[in-house]
Formats: sequence, structure tokens, C-alpha cells
Amino acid sequence: MDWVNAIVQGTLLGGLYALFAAGLSLIFGVMRLVNIAHGDLIVLAAYLGLTVVVTTGLHPLLALIIVIPVMAAIGYALQRGILNQTLGDDILPPLLVTFGLSVILQNVFLEGYTADPQKMDAGAIETASISLGGLSLGILPLLTFAIAVGVIAGLQFIFYRTPLGRSFRAVSDNQDIAQLMGLNKRHIFGLAMALALAVTAIAGILLGIRTSFDPTAGGARLIYGFEAVIIGGLGNLWGTLVGGVILGVAQTIGAKIDPGWQLLAGHIAFLFVLAVRPNGLFPRVSG
Amino acid sequence: MIRNTFARGTRRGFLAGTAAAIAAPAILRGTRAYAQDKTLKVGFVSPKTGPLAGFAEADDYILEGIRQTFAGGLENNGSSWSVEILTRDSQSNPNRAAEVAADLILGEEVDIIMAAATPDTTNPVADQAEINEVPCITTDAPWQPYFFGRNGNPAEGFQSTYHFFWGLEDVIGVFLDIWGQSGVEKSVGGLFPNDADGNAWGDPQLGLPPALAEAGFTLVDPGRYQPLSDDFSNQIAAFRDANCEIVTGVMIPPDFGTFWAQSAQQGFAPKVVTVGKALLFPTVIDSYGDRANGLTSEVWWSPNHPFNSSLTGTSAKELADGYTAATGRPWTQPIGFKHALFEVAADVIRRAEDLEDYEAITAAIAATNLDTIVGKVDWSSGPVKNVSKTPLVGGQWQKEGDTFDLKIVANSAHPNIPITGELKLI
Repeated sequence: MDWVNAIVQGTLLGGLYALFAAGLSLIFGVMRLVNIAHGDLIVLAAYLGLTVVVTTGLHPLLALIIVIPVMAAIGYALQRGILNQTLGDDILPPLLVTFGLSVILQNVFLEGYTADPQKMDAGAIETASISLGGLSLGILPLLTFAIAVGVIAGLQFIFYRTPLGRSFRAVSDNQDIAQLMGLNKRHIFGLAMALALAVTAIAGILLGIRTSFDPTAGGARLIYGFEAVIIGGLGNLWGTLVGGVILGVAQTIGAKIDPGWQLLAGHIAFLFVLAVRPNGLFPRVSG
Repeated sequence: MIRNTFARGTRRGFLAGTAAAIAAPAILRGTRAYAQDKTLKVGFVSPKTGPLAGFAEADDYILEGIRQTFAGGLENNGSSWSVEILTRDSQSNPNRAAEVAADLILGEEVDIIMAAATPDTTNPVADQAEINEVPCITTDAPWQPYFFGRNGNPAEGFQSTYHFFWGLEDVIGVFLDIWGQSGVEKSVGGLFPNDADGNAWGDPQLGLPPALAEAGFTLVDPGRYQPLSDDFSNQIAAFRDANCEIVTGVMIPPDFGTFWAQSAQQGFAPKVVTVGKALLFPTVIDSYGDRANGLTSEVWWSPNHPFNSSLTGTSAKELADGYTAATGRPWTQPIGFKHALFEVAADVIRRAEDLEDYEAITAAIAATNLDTIVGKVDWSSGPVKNVSKTPLVGGQWQKEGDTFDLKIVANSAHPNIPITGELKLI
């Protein structure tokens, strides 16, 4: 039963990792941009959520109504204002700029919110659980997993069923030809980043409810995001969810053997996938 | 075109800058010689930014008070010395701490160097001071990581570097004191991370395991976990299977938050939770909400400690209240130790036989016997040379109305610090 519990808890944890990773996957899929500041943007969303909760007294989950549009607006402005200037044939400049952004964000948090660990109080939902066949499942992890599935399904729908998604796929396939066909790639990139940060907003709020965060909490979360993206296959959204789940289950099974192996097992699973299938489990079909 | 102009501008700028840089030391040295009264320089390194910044949040408040006290100069051997305090930020990074310490010692030529907050700050600074034989006083890090972390040999000790704080044996004593009062099952779940603190606390020879066994407690230790874990379900299952009624460990706040929420989700309800490190700061406790009520922790210093500053006569309560009044923030435990550090420095400056001589200053530090705001500092009676121990007691966060108050509930090792509350089971 303990093993079943470990796998189930790991799967639910995978939902959180998939949410961390979905934004990364989307940005990379559309514009081949590796966003080092992604973890810090998650923390930014958590801090925005905290600000909204403290000033308005809203429940953290309801604060999403405000945080999602704000993060989307920040994403659009960030892409149009800074990141678009760095995109080109070389992938290094955007990498370095997002790295710098990460450092700047951490220090802005420190200046604005101090080094205190903060947490959002979501009330009874944090500790509530349901019993299922001898297992005790937390409502919050279940909700996180459900939201992750919903978000990935939503992104998948936008990508393959809407005109916006068509534009995303077009610029992703060939920027120059998409431009010739009348798409403004700068605007499309802006929208992609806006969408990615809207997802980040959800991840940030859930992180802030789950545990405490501080100005430097972002970096540690970034690596799980990257690993989930790579295990699942770059640019494949459902793959990202599977990647998150594999990572989560590997961690809890590792911890079941010995807590010292928790993170290591996740990294080993990642290296194993990278060695066997360098493009990830479900690489996006090219063309 | 832009790049061209930029390049040309740079060369000119470079020449001007270089000239200024070469001239600067001459001008600066001139200023120092110009001041005729004797000046003593004290360097102070602390983590103002980065993950450890919480430990240094009261620095500005403490320094303001200290600078006012020092404004009239300090008396030494009949002459008045003005004291200049130079502060540096370690950015919570041990490499940076070593760098700024070296700069203070070699560049600013400080006469005494001090550092506070975790071995990541105290150790690199003390190492630099030891190499350069500059007198060094540090605090706010358990003495074992300070002493053994720097490869200290108990038989010899260090030459120029001195430290005051409590140690692991005090934490163990306080925890056992709390659990002994609780009267619950003697089955303890241990959560020790794979970091310097976790490995020291969980050490099978020197840490909690042998002490707990001796006191009749069974410890369930699933093993070292990596800090910033997102899942503790396996540990919780192990503790539940062993019917642990006590949980202990040394955790960072995010890990404890994850563990504590998951415990509730999994229906694991220990009666006593005594965790080091995570539960020190009131702001952290507030962030856990109602679930923080009844958590227990070690207490290094509190406004209720019956000590006064040797420098200003201020009581612990007045110092803490002053901080809250000045900043609007709740008191924290490092406040007292920051103040005490400067108390010791002032005492040393007054007593040293020759303030121009590093060795005389070091000798004055070693001879310290001072009642500070955190208790007695006296290096002649420490567990090893260079270490003086301050009292440690046990406290419980209890909710009163809307706020949490840290009640002192265990003081058997230091009965002079009064009990302010009764231990309640969670």
C-alpha cells in the first residue's frame, strides 16, 4: 500500500511540475526561447497573488482573476519591450538576457517584499483530504493536478483549434514565411509570452498556497520545469504533463527507498530519458 | 555607428577613470592622516541580501543605536578614540563574505572585524581574520559548525578569532526538556535535510540519535532529504506507521510548510512538533496561519530574557520594543545578538592595553567577562578555546487573540530565564 501511495502522491506532484513547465514548453515551442527567469516569474506571480490577497482579502484562488491578466500583460510587455530585441539566429543573447532578468527580479523581490518567507492562506482547502481505498488524498494536490490537466488541455485547444494557435504554429515553423503571409511575428511572440505567463500565474498561486516562498525560491523550481519539458519532448504540451508525472513519481519512489534519493531519483529518470531518447518521449512531429 | 561612438567615448572615459583611480588612494590616505584624533576601525559583515537576509534585517536599527552610543568616542588608557564602523554585505554567499572580509582587512585596514548570522557568514570571515591575524568576533551560528567547520582543533583552538553562541548539545537538552514535560509517547520522527545543519543534527555519533536513545526516546529517521523537497508523503507514512507523537528536525521554512500541510492532508497529527531553524521568525509563523499554534522551537533570545545591555543599560524588552516602534516589524531573535556583538567590541576597545597592536586587542577579547543583553560572554569557560556559550531555552508559539506569542516553556538548564507559559499539546 505504501508503494501505491508513493506512486499516487508522485502523480499528483507531477501536476505541479507540469504547471511549472507548461509555460516554458509553450515559449520554447513557439519562439525557441529558453527562459531562465521562468522560476522567478512563478515567484513574481506568487508575490502578486499575495499582494492581491492582502489588499483585497480575496481567497488566493479568486485572486487569480486579477493575477492572470496582470501576468499576461507583463508577459506581453516583456516580450515586446525586451525579449524581441534579443531574438535572432543566435540563441545565446535571449538566454543571457533572461538570466539577467532572473537576477534583477530576485533583488526587486528582496527590496519590495523583504527576505521573509511568505505564504498565502487558503484556509481549510490546504489541509482537507478525501479517503480513497485506504489512501488519503489531499484536496489541494488533487486540485493542482486537475488544473494542470485543464491548463494543458486548454493550451492544446488554443494551439490546434484556434486562429491564434495557427499563428503560433506558423511562426514556430518558419518565422520569415509566416511574416510574408502577413503575420506580425513580434505581436505573435508577445501573445505567446502573455499566454505563458498567464499559465505561470496559476503555477505561482498554487505554489504560494502549497508552501512558503521567498525571493530566491524561483531557481530551485526552474530545474523541475526544464526536466519535465525535456522528458516529455520539447514543445509537446501533453508530453510536458507526462514528463511532470514521471518526474514526480520518480521522486516519491526514490524517497520511498531513501529520502536522500528523492531529488536524485528525479534527476536520474531525467538523465535516463535523455540518454535513451535525446528528443524526449514525445518529440513534436516536425513540419 | 552607435557602436563606433561608444567605443570612442570609452577610451576617453577609460583614461579619465584610470587617472582618478590611481589618484584616489593618495587622496584617501591623505584624509586619514589629516584627522588628528585617534580612530579605530571596526568592520562588520552580515548577509543584508539573499536567502539569509532575515537574520540581518535589524542591522540598520542596531547600528544606528550603536553609532549614537559611540558618537562621543570610547575611552582607552586615558585617551579618547573615535570608532568608525564599516559594514559590508555578504549577499548570503560565503565566497562573497570572504571577499569583503579580505577587503576590510587589507584595504580598509580595520582593527577589529566582526560577522554574524550562520556559518556561511561567520566562517569565511573568521578564516580571513585568522590568516591575517586580525582580531575577529563572531556570533549567531552554533559553535560546532563554526569550530569544526573551520577544522578547529580543540587542543589548540584559533589564534585571533572568537565566537559566542550556543551549541548542538544545548539544542538537544532544550528539546528533551520540552518533550519530557509533554508526557506523550516517547516515539520521535526526525526530519533532517542533507545540508550542514541536517547532517550535524542527525549525526549518529554526535547528533540527536545517541542523546535521544539515552533519554529513552525511539527515533524514526527515514534518512536525509534534499532541501526544497516538494513531497514528504513517505516520511509521513513512516512516522504514522511508528505512531510518532513527536516530530523534530532542523528545516528551512518552505520545507516545513510543505511537510506540515501534507501531514494534515494525510491525517498525521503529532502532539509535539519541535523544529529548529524554520520556526524562529514571527513573520514565518504568521505565514503558516492557525496551523502554527503550538509549534515549539529553540529560543536564543527573547524580549523576556532578564538581561540588560552593558553599553546602554537597555533591557531586552526595551531593545525589542524599540525595533518594533522604529520599523513596525515584530522582534526577531538575532536582534539581541547583533547588539551584544557591539557590546563586546566596546568592552574590548575600553580594556585593550594597546589599540595599535592586534595582539593586544586579541588578548583583550580572550579576557572578556561581560554581562551582555544575551547573557554572559566569557571565553575562559567555553566548551573549547575561542567559544563562549550563551543560554538557550525552549519556546512555544501560542496564539493570543490575533497574534502569536513565543512563550518560554522550558528552562531547566537556565532557570534564571523565567518561564512565561505552559507547554500545550497540539
